[in-house]
Amino acid sequence: MSVKISHENGKITAKLMGEIDHHTAKAMREEIDSEAEKIKPAVLYLDFSEVQFMDSSGIGLVMGRFRQMELLGGKLRVINVPEHLERIMALSGLGALGVLTNEGKVKK
Amino acid sequence: MKIINETNISFMSKSNNESFARSVVSAFVLQLDPTITELADIKTAVSEAVTNCIVHAYKYEMGTIYITVRIIEGGKIQIKIRDKGCGIENIHEAMEPLFTTMGGERAGLGFAVMQSFMDKIRVNSKVGKGTTITMEKSIIRRAKNNE
Ligand SMILES: Nc1ncnc2c1ncn2[C@@H]1O[C@H](COP(=O)(O)OP(=O)(O)OP(=O)(O)O)[C@@H](O)[C@H]1O
Ligand SMILES: [Mg+2]
Repeated sequence: MSVKISHENGKITAKLMGEIDHHTAKAMREEIDSEAEKIKPAVLYLDFSEVQFMDSSGIGLVMGRFRQMELLGGKLRVINVPEHLERIMALSGLGALGVLTNEGKVKK
Repeated sequence: MKIINETNISFMSKSNNESFARSVVSAFVLQLDPTITELADIKTAVSEAVTNCIVHAYKYEMGTIYITVRIIEGGKIQIKIRDKGCGIENIHEAMEPLFTTMGGERAGLGFAVMQSFMDKIRVNSKVGKGTTITMEKSIIRRAKNNE
């Protein structure tokens, strides 16, 4: 399983697992989107704490979910970005979308 | 420029080979005793270039992707990633951050990542012939047992 999804009080948390590249992002996207369309959550949290590797496909995954949550009338939040992914996150300009939070930062 | 060691690999443009390519290149680079960060940078850049071959160069067909990795005297690593796909019309434009011809799930950041994670990148491309990406990175020499 590449993503663990849980929800409570109309909020979804999708914990991404392992490596995010163009190959693995597809299954992650499909699982998250089908859950989001069903629940129409107020907030979708993407939890990166268990992500060992990602390339720009991970950025694309976040940007795509940002757009999808706009369509569904909810918010997107990226949480628990490990230290080793900070540089690629910074490069992405995702900060400007206001989706990155400092919640529960973990060291990896 | 003295070549200390070299490997050549080729594989089909299937998306599950993205992780294969990262693993092979990083296994070869290990002989230079890179830091975890240096290795992660190289893996990320390789992933970008190989993904581009799969999603852009060979968008409508299956093709072959060729990688040459060289260890150069002085602790430099050179990685060449080549396809015989569609080629890039305007390289300058393609390398602009956020430029993408795909939209949807693509961020247009592949070249920006390669540029920032490697020391040097050179792009050669001919429409209808294919594209070669050459990247270099110097691995900082460290005392052996000091991680
Ligand atoms: N090997 C290639 N063959 C043909 N076109 C390419 C190749 N590599 C890149 N391109 C072109 O250059 C553009 C920019 O590439 P870049 O990797 O920066 O972004 P992307 O692949 O579109 O998105 P991302 O990498 O963020 O998923 C691509 O959209 C594509 O048009
Ligand atoms: Mg790309």
